[in-house]
Parts: sequence; structure tokens; C-alpha cells
Amino acid sequence: MLFYSQLLEIVALSLEVSLVAVMLAALIGIPLGALLAIGRFPGRTALIVLVNALMGLPPVVVGLGLYLLLSRSGPLGILQLLYTPTAMIIAQTILVTPIIASFSHQIFADLHREYDEMLRAMRASRWQTILTLIREARHALITAILAGLGRALSEIGAVMIVGGNINHATRVMTTAIALETSKGNLRLAVSLGLILLALSFAINLALHFLRSRLERAAHA
Amino acid sequence: MPESNVLPLKPKDSQKAGAGFLISVDALGYRRGGRSLLDAVSFELGRDPGITVLLGPNGAGKSLLLRLIGGLIRPDSGTIRFSPDFRGPIGMVFQKPVLLRRSVRANLLHALAIARIPRRERTGILARLLVEADLTHCAESPARALSGGEQQRLAMARALVGDPVLLLLDEPTASLDPAATAAFEALVRKVAGEGARILLVTHDLHQARRIADDVLFLHKGRICEHTPAATFFRAPASGEADAYCKGTLLT
Amino acid sequence: MRLPALPAALFVLLLPLAALAGKNEIILQSTTSTQNSGLYEYLLPLLERDTGLRVKVVAVGTGQALKNARNCDGDVVLVHARDAEEKFVADEYGLKRNDVMYNDFILIGPEDDPAGVRGARDITEALQRIAAAKAPFASRGDDSGTHRKELRLWKAAGLDPGAAREGWYRETGSGMGATLNIAAGMGAYALTDRATWISFANKGGLAILHEGDPALFNQYGVIAVNPAHCPGMNIKGAETFITWLLSEKGQKAIASYRLKGQQLFFPNAHSALPGNGG
Ligand SMILES: Nc1ncnc2c1ncn2[C@@H]1O[C@H](COP(=O)(O)OP(=O)(O)OP(=O)(O)O)[C@@H](O)[C@H]1O
Ligand SMILES: [Mg+2]
Repeated sequence: MLFYSQLLEIVALSLEVSLVAVMLAALIGIPLGALLAIGRFPGRTALIVLVNALMGLPPVVVGLGLYLLLSRSGPLGILQLLYTPTAMIIAQTILVTPIIASFSHQIFADLHREYDEMLRAMRASRWQTILTLIREARHALITAILAGLGRALSEIGAVMIVGGNINHATRVMTTAIALETSKGNLRLAVSLGLILLALSFAINLALHFLRSRLERAAHA
Repeated sequence: MPESNVLPLKPKDSQKAGAGFLISVDALGYRRGGRSLLDAVSFELGRDPGITVLLGPNGAGKSLLLRLIGGLIRPDSGTIRFSPDFRGPIGMVFQKPVLLRRSVRANLLHALAIARIPRRERTGILARLLVEADLTHCAESPARALSGGEQQRLAMARALVGDPVLLLLDEPTASLDPAATAAFEALVRKVAGEGARILLVTHDLHQARRIADDVLFLHKGRICEHTPAATFFRAPASGEADAYCKGTLLT
Repeated sequence: MRLPALPAALFVLLLPLAALAGKNEIILQSTTSTQNSGLYEYLLPLLERDTGLRVKVVAVGTGQALKNARNCDGDVVLVHARDAEEKFVADEYGLKRNDVMYNDFILIGPEDDPAGVRGARDITEALQRIAAAKAPFASRGDDSGTHRKELRLWKAAGLDPGAAREGWYRETGSGMGATLNIAAGMGAYALTDRATWISFANKGGLAILHEGDPALFNQYGVIAVNPAHCPGMNIKGAETFITWLLSEKGQKAIASYRLKGQQLFFPNAHSALPGNGG
């Protein structure tokens, strides 16, 4: 049975892991998306196709690959990261980055088409161009981040393998749901699912309001 | 600024050429989809400040020519040369204003930042630009919520950032009311008086008559004539320009 | 919102590194039945009170647990597949194998028992009746201790339904709980350990149809990972854990764990092989 304090612990860890992962993925994915939209370098098209394909990466595969890396007998075993929240964050960052990068690429490509001549007429440097576009893209990027967060919060395959679903250490909402399902506690599993849904709903609602406030300010 | 086909002259070349021009456009050609949109376009804009009005029917290639001069697209043939002492930015106002999704003030501050104007000077310049474009009352409004005329005035104010020596203005008064148009013309005259060269596209012949020093007439991608304004409006040299002014030119 | 984000991320990333260094803590690679039955939640606080040792449990199938331990991703294994455990020790991945406790496997199935296994003399006959009736049977199919046991039982009955690819034999490829959920969903027979069954809450129309055959004996063993194979492992912690588990105190604690009034595990670290449990 799950107690209230345990539930809080699980919810808190879920949020921590997924939010940090999405933040890191945004820090990587947004500049990457901008680079793909604006940059001109060899292999760019291949990279775009790759990033889009990586969106469909099965979490279990990411979990397995990361397990092999982080396992104490693996190349990064010395870091002792397996079965820690850090490993789960890394796994989800890998899963979410392509989503955010791909969404951002689309967003930046559209904005770039719109602003390119204007910015070039102003003699904006490449760096100034990218900063301007990131600033202009801010509300649209919220959608990209939400998509990433959805994937992170609902994902189980990767966190189960690299986290190990260890009580009081790496148990998150999804792995707790799987565990309760395997115990046949279907009611409890569904309740946990509803809590996850409510959480995701609340986060979406909050970002929705943030987005519409930004939009009202910019009238885009 | 230097694009591959935009060749700044070496100092001694310019002395040889007499150094009489600010911009020299030579045999410019631009083709898209098998159509020749600009063909053998040649003209010079003098070094002396002044207002050149670019006239021509819809689809003549006026906007295209401005974008070529601004270095935003590359010609397929021909060259655009700038006098060797040409410096500073080129101010551009597009036919359709492209404004950032920010307030009027933020749009101008952004342009000031891009132009690398020192931070402490920005507030002063910003206030001056807002007054010149008569936008002080809506400085905090989202730029994209402005009326069409206000948007064009903001685009003009932005083009003035960095005190450009050359201004390329594509129908900047198309949606301005008479008072705003008059204010705009006064502003353009003032800028020209301060030493800038202005190339302005308009379909408003009265406006052209009021402010033009000389007139370039473009038709089907070719320059039909480049004459002083007084001559042009008395009797255009080309039949096309004559027909255009009378409203009987078929495109 | 943007400023503290990066330091916070770094903090979160570095936290576990700091926490792991020199902590009195082990990772236990375990079979799922011991976890799903709630045994660890009962046992581990007692252990921690006595020894100060914290145990992190990774619950997977026996095959997976042994594989993870082979990769040095655990300090101790607690599983239930004697031959695999002995091979693990023989291959020098683990130290000594110790008996800890036992319970038994049971054959469950739909109450109305379409294959009529209720009257069977022993498990062999029960399985033969299922095969003869081609009644649906849900197999773990995941190389777990229970799966290995089931395969041995079919073999003893002279059958090989997995190889025959018969439609009534379904390999779920999942844990015990998931397999029981599937059995409940489609009215199938299944082999399960008694602990998981008693603690399982979604019994649907399923009931115990055969039990008590000595062949259904289910022994759990505990092995410390070999520090010669995994130099970084916490051998001290592993020894503390095993010593406590096999001690009078640990064995009593196992015996005193009850769920729904029933004893789930029967300690046998010190006795010779007892008779049938449960
Ligand atoms: N990228 C392009 N590809 C193909 N055709 C183009 C392209 N850009 C412009 N054109 C064509 O070139 C011609 C000239 O266009 P331009 O915009 O310069 O006309 P304009 O003289 O400014 O007309 P208006 O008075 O209507 O603004 C038009 O027929 C237009 O369709
Ligand atoms: Mg035009």
C-alpha cells in the first residue's frame, strides 16, 4: 500500500526528474533547432532527418543503451550513476531533446523566413539574428517544451531500466503505476494515473496562461 | 555589406571614374523561372544628397531593385558599386512592414542594439525617433497592433537608426493619411538635407512631384529614363512614362 | 526563472555522486515476488535498525537479476532458480550461495476449471490435462525463476508447448503480476509462486487449482557478488546483509511476515531441506 508521504515523495521525484530533464533538453534542443533552421553547414539536411527520426526513439532502447553505458561494468560505470535520479534525468533528456529540437527547428524556420531580409537589412550578425529569433519564438517554444514535458512525464521504459524503480530512491509515478499494476492493485494504479494526469493538466494550464500572457503582450 | 557582385571601388578607380557617384548600377540582370525580371538596368545615384523617386507600374521590378541595392538578394549579372568612402548602414523600409512581436519601443530598442549604438545613447535617440515618427503616444503598444499607417511610420523610424547615408523606401506612405504623409515628406526632406541619399518608390504622382529631385522610371524590368524631376513632370522623355503618368500604360 | 535554473540542474546532477560516496548502502538485485509481496518493506526497516545498512531493491526477473549482478550493478542477489544460482557461483560472479527461505509454486486457473485439473494426482498430470484440453495457459516467458520452474515441469510431463507453438500456450514475456493480470483477463491457467498470489489483488475469477506436489517447492537463495569480479562493490555491506538475513533474528523476521493472515515465506537457512511448505 502507498502512504500519503510516499505518494508525495514519488510525485516530487517525478516532477524533479522530468522538469530538470526538459530544462536540459530545452537548453540543448532550442539552440540546436535554431542552428538547423538558420545555419548552413554540410550534413545539415541529414541532421534534420536524424533529429526528426530520433523523436520516435523507443524509451526502452534509450534505457537499455544508457544502462550499458552506466552499468558498473560499462564504460561510464566509474561514475556510479546507475539507479540514481541523475541517470533517469539523462535518459529523459535524451528522449526529450529531439522533440524540442524538431519543434524548435520548425518554429525557427518559419520565423527566419519572415524576418530574414529585415534582419539582414539591419546588418544583424548571426548571433544577433539567433537571439532575436529566440526572443520572437518564445511563446511558440512553450508548446515545444510542453510536448517534451508530456513525453518525459509519461515515459516509463527508460526510467524503469536506468532508475530501477527503487523505493525511496528512484520510484516515479510511471514506475509506481507499473508496480501497483503488477501487484494487481488496479484501482490504486488507476488512481496514480489520474494523479499523473492531473499534474500534467496543471502544468499545461499554467504554461497555457503564461503563453497567452506573452501573446497578449506581443499581439502575435 | 560587400556581396560578391557588389564591388566597392578601389580609391584610384573612383578617382578615375570622377568620384561623382554614390552608387553605380551597371547592366544589372535578375531572372527567375525563365522570366527576366530585371534586364540591363544601369544608372547612377550622385554623391550629393537628394531624393530620387523610382516610378513604374505594378510588377515593374521596383521592389526587386531596392532589395538588390540593399544587398538582400544577388543579381544574376551586372554589378552594383558603392563609392569607396561609403559607410554606415543602409536604411530600408519594406513595402510590407516586418515588425517584431514586441512593443513599439522594444522594436526601436532592438534596432538600436543591432546597430550597436552604445547603451547610454539609446534612450535619447529613442525619444527623438518616437517624436519624428509621431509614435510617442503608442510607444508601449504591441507593434503588430498598430494601424497600417502607424506601422509604416515605425518602420521608417527604425530605418533611420544609425543615421544611414542611403535610405531605400518602398512605398512608405501607401497607407498614410494626408497629414501623416505631409509629416513624412518633411522628415524625408530633413534627412536628405542632413546629407542622406534617398531612393523612394511611390505610386503617388503628386508626392513624387512634391519631393523628387530626379525620377527613375522602370517598366518591365528596364530603365526607361532617369531625368531631373522638373524635366520629367513637364514632359517625360519616354513614351511609357508619359502613358504611365496619364494612366494609360498597359502592363 | 532562468537564472537559478542552471545551478539547480548542476546541483541535482551532482547530488547523487556526493550521496553515493562512502555510504553504508547496498543494491539488492531481487526477484519480483519478494518485492511484490511486501516482504522488503517489512524486513528492510528491521535490518536498517539493527545494522544501519540501507538496501536499495531493484526487482526484476531472476534471469535479469543475475545478469545485472554479472555486470556489477548490484552487491547482492536474492533469487529463486537454484541451477542458475549455482552456475553464477561456479562462474565466479558470486561468492557462496545460501538458502534463505522457501515457499511453493501453485497452479492457478479459472474457477470452473475447463481442463479439469482439480482432480489431478500431481502437477505432471495437471499439466497434461491442460495440454490435452488445449486450455489457455499464460507463461511468464521471461527467463525468471518461475519461468524456469514451469519449463522444467512441462519437460517432466513430457511436453514442450513452447516449441509446439500451440495457440493455447501464451508467453507473456512479463513479470508475475502482469502475467496474472493477463490470466485473469483471458481465463487462463498459470504457474505462480504463492507469495505473489496471496498479495495479488486482481484475482478475477481465478483460484488455486493444484498445490502441494513436492515438485512445486520454491527455494530462495542469496549470493554476495564476487568482489574479485566487481572491485567497486560494497562487499562489507553485502556480508552484513547476508549475515543478518541468515541470523536467528533475520530468519525469525521472515517467518513473522504475514499478509492477509497468511505466512508467505518460510525461513530455512539452518535446517536441512524440509518437507513441503505453505
Ligand atoms: N522570387 C521571385 N520569383 C519569381 N518572381 C518574382 C520573384 N520576386 C519578384 N518576382 C516577380 O518580379 C516582378 C517584379 O516584382 P516587384 O515586387 O519588384 O514589383 P514592383 O515593381 O515592386 O510592383 P508593385 O508596384 O506592385 O509593388 C513581379 O512580376 C513579381 O511577380
Ligand atoms: Mg513593390
